[in-house]
Amino acid sequence: MTLSIRNLTVAIGERRLLADISLAVAAGELVAVIGPNGAGKTSLIHAAVGDLPARQGEVAFAGRALADWPGRERACGMALLPQFSTLGFPFTVREVVLLGRGPHRSGAKVDGRIADAACAATDIEHLATRRYTHLSGGEKQRVQLARVLAQIWRAEDAPDRLLLLDEPVAALDIGHQQVVMDQVRRFADQGVAVVMVQHDISLAARYADRLLALREGQAVAEGEPSAVVTRQTMRRLFDTDTRVIPHPDTGTPVVLHG
Amino acid sequence: MTGVRLTLALAVLTPASLIVAIMVGAASLPATEVLGSLIGIGDDGRTALIVEAIRLPRALLTGLVGALLAICGAAMQGLFRNPLADPSLIGVTAGASVGASLMIVFGGTLAGLGGLSLISLGAFAGGAGAVALVYRLATGPGGTSVATMLLAGIAIAALAGSAGGLLEFHASNEMLRRISLWRMGGLEGANWPRVGIVGVIAAIVLIALPRQAGALNALLLGESEARHLGIPVNAVKRRLILMTAAGVGVSVAVAGAITFVGLVVPHIVRMLIGPDHRWLLPASAMAGAVLLLWADILARTLVAPTELPVGLLTALLGAPFFISLLRHRHEYGMA
Repeated sequence: MTLSIRNLTVAIGERRLLADISLAVAAGELVAVIGPNGAGKTSLIHAAVGDLPARQGEVAFAGRALADWPGRERACGMALLPQFSTLGFPFTVREVVLLGRGPHRSGAKVDGRIADAACAATDIEHLATRRYTHLSGGEKQRVQLARVLAQIWRAEDAPDRLLLLDEPVAALDIGHQQVVMDQVRRFADQGVAVVMVQHDISLAARYADRLLALREGQAVAEGEPSAVVTRQTMRRLFDTDTRVIPHPDTGTPVVLHG
Repeated sequence: MTGVRLTLALAVLTPASLIVAIMVGAASLPATEVLGSLIGIGDDGRTALIVEAIRLPRALLTGLVGALLAICGAAMQGLFRNPLADPSLIGVTAGASVGASLMIVFGGTLAGLGGLSLISLGAFAGGAGAVALVYRLATGPGGTSVATMLLAGIAIAALAGSAGGLLEFHASNEMLRRISLWRMGGLEGANWPRVGIVGVIAAIVLIALPRQAGALNALLLGESEARHLGIPVNAVKRRLILMTAAGVGVSVAVAGAITFVGLVVPHIVRMLIGPDHRWLLPASAMAGAVLLLWADILARTLVAPTELPVGLLTALLGAPFFISLLRHRHEYGMA
């Protein structure tokens, strides 16, 4: 198992952010975490990377507890795209993407090639020499995504690779949502384990192998998209009435406002 | 402009400024004689004496102090992820000011140690004490909080300010003038023992800080992002603060409070070549040396035979340049 979370409880003071969550993600699997605001989705991502300490339970990456990993070695195989980015210094786009190669010792030539490929994958090649601070919100998000993709780009970068994405397409237009999701799916198909937080449930259902639905820090449902995305579960998660229909081409569930 | 080109330009400009600083003064020396006596083939005893005993130690001390202030400023701006951060944010200058004032008011005629005056020792101890306090206040079980450190630095600086005020209230007119001159900064106390002490610290800081360039670049993304890139963030912070405390502390101890260099030199360099610390740190060090050397040249010559405090001139030289860059800041990507 690339990522294995067992009976994880995370709390800050008295407030429980996650209660008894278990999740196993194998190489090649794409798991989407869905749920209402404040359900603990981001907390789960940050607990998976060790930023939030476990009060109970454990998190292991590639069979080894998080704390047993030397920082740099772990960074070679595990990358996280945060929800917000606070970079306020005028690096060029290419320099930002190259920061993702920091943990590796693969040499400037290889790193440059990987950065260019990652830029192409998120459709930011034409921005490569622009200053990051001059970009729009959606462009910045694609640059940050290219950076984390570059961090674990090659199979030889690490024996086990895990990509954690916190709302990777939240700021993107519908065209770029598809570009980015196709790329993430391709990453998974190449043997990367992917966990992503996603608000657009139809999009999550379209691309993910499994969904994990959270509410108030607890797992409400887990399984294949067609099993999780039902009118009943949507009501339990969001307290609102929806209609769920199959996508005319793919057959995956699509959520419509009720 | 690219990092390579600016670095190369500064690599020429820095030794050139050093030589001009040796040439210019009460008795001006021609370049050939200066170069001759520097490499030991000069036959003019008087020139050799002026160069060795007065001009060379002063020029070296000036260059080293300028380099230390600027490179430490660049490191602090990276650590605080704020281009307006200044090495004094961690309390070192405020603490040093109290230490120096204490010695001026109560030190009397006590002698210094190893070429350093009592005032210098007091300044260094005060600066180091203030940084230690700020660091302790900002460090909890979860590591050091940069935001808390900023606030603690402001609190300690305020405390030091009022302590300094009380000392001034207590001081005689003569002491007051010395305190105020110390605050403006000056390099007239240059001698070989001081060059030696500053040289050792500078050698350590100027070699060790650029080794943190990759970590500083990652830190600009954010602390957790840097951690996710495998950077041992807390260890890096400790190293940066320790080196800044040593670098700025020793600079303030030998040259008083020289403002502006640590704040604006890295800022100017960043506007010219971007924020990549692999170029920013060495280029800032050289640019800081050049700025302070020229400020000191002017300080010595403008109202000769007396000297102006060099701290007044760093701002006078750097500010117009900085203002002209600010007008074009959008081109450099600073919003």
